[in-house]
Amino acid sequence: MTRKNIWVAGVATPAMIAMLLLFAGSPTVKANDQPSAANAAVKIDNFVFGPQTITVPVGTTVTWTNADDIPHTSVSTDGVFKSKVLDTDEKFSYTFTKAGTYPYYCTIHPKMTGKVVVQ
Amino acid sequence: MTDKNKDLIDQKLQDLNNDGVDRRGFLKCMAWAGTGLVWTMSGGIPVSRAFAKGHSKDTGKDGDFSFVQISDSHIGFNKPANPDVTATLQTAINKINAMPHKPDFIIHTGDLSQLSKPSEFDTLDQVLKGASAKQILFVPGEHDMLTDNGEQYLQRYGKGTKGTGWSSFDHKGVHFVGLVNVANLKAGGMGSLGNQQLEWLEDDLKGRSASTPIVLFAHIPLWTIYPDWGWGTDDSERALSYVKRFGSVTVLNGHIHQIMQKVEGKVSFHTAMSTAFPQPAPGTAPSAGPMKVPADRLQRVLGITDVNYVVSGRSLAVVDSPLGDSGASPSGKAGAPLAVVGSIPG
Repeated sequence: MTRKNIWVAGVATPAMIAMLLLFAGSPTVKANDQPSAANAAVKIDNFVFGPQTITVPVGTTVTWTNADDIPHTSVSTDGVFKSKVLDTDEKFSYTFTKAGTYPYYCTIHPKMTGKVVVQ
Repeated sequence: MTDKNKDLIDQKLQDLNNDGVDRRGFLKCMAWAGTGLVWTMSGGIPVSRAFAKGHSKDTGKDGDFSFVQISDSHIGFNKPANPDVTATLQTAINKINAMPHKPDFIIHTGDLSQLSKPSEFDTLDQVLKGASAKQILFVPGEHDMLTDNGEQYLQRYGKGTKGTGWSSFDHKGVHFVGLVNVANLKAGGMGSLGNQQLEWLEDDLKGRSASTPIVLFAHIPLWTIYPDWGWGTDDSERALSYVKRFGSVTVLNGHIHQIMQKVEGKVSFHTAMSTAFPQPAPGTAPSAGPMKVPADRLQRVLGITDVNYVVSGRSLAVVDSPLGDSGASPSGKAGAPLAVVGSIPG
């Protein structure tokens, strides 16, 4: 890394922390005390939703990230949520406000299925 | 999975792994390096012969013709497996234009684009414009119907088709049917034709003479190759029951980016190579994603399929040629994927 890059990184990092702190105060980010309970991640890798079944508390935002070279979707079998087509590294998030079991699949590769259990 | 299916897959894996050629296949391949191999479907028994030789013998009869199948162009794909899919499609078109016998038309068996983007379809159109065969027929792949239930695809490539893009036509005594098995896919399932299309197919074939050669083409294979990866069509059996009474049925598919062939009674199934990137043989990789091969090997695992119809034999001969098979290569290796066809038992 060059000297210039270190300088840029040195400025950028405090700036990013400041922005994060700013957003932390906004009402869109809930449950500051338990950030792990409010967010959950599903990685789409090798044509598999991982984990295939994820169990989360009510109010959790689940984010799907496509790690494949091929586009995928994450679409609720019961019509509850529907992502756009996710190309490589693209994400889709949905916040589950009601308890229940939410099966979903990739509409492009329907053999790919998963489940979100909200308790 | 039944033992029979497992055996079939094991056999194919054996044939397809590494270079895709066993020793016997390689030697066989050496014999016709640079010429290509013709498979003649006759009475359900595939017979191979050297392409150039067989062709010269059979040309000139009234009603004989050929067409070319290309598949899985994935225009817009730009990952390491092939950063320039437009160039490899162009190579495929150049190869078709250079054929000594001019194909009457080209069939594209879907996945024209990577993400159904207008710019991707535009690029495809630009390349296909350079094809000497002016008539090109399409069926959609799942990548062509990603954003708008296939509306844009239908506008551009589905004029005169029914439903989600299915249609049929006759050419010099052969009846062609293009089917769509990538629309309205159900969770946990494979490809699907749907009741409406199946009813149309039954009606379309009704009243035709059993001696009419039939060609069915669709994106996802109409026979179950590997259910774990969704390489099959849930309701294909019903479609195949409608063609059983015909004396010669050829089923051409894409989707799996590699050559596979099976003969069942009078029905010959065949899948084509992609013009964009190869995919792994069933079960040999964690998933069906693009397979990365060394750059100098890429053109040997991409290709086109040339189908010849010879009136006298009432048969269709299917020839697969890799893009890298220039005809000038003395190595024999250039024709490697062809040997894969040769080594799969009927």
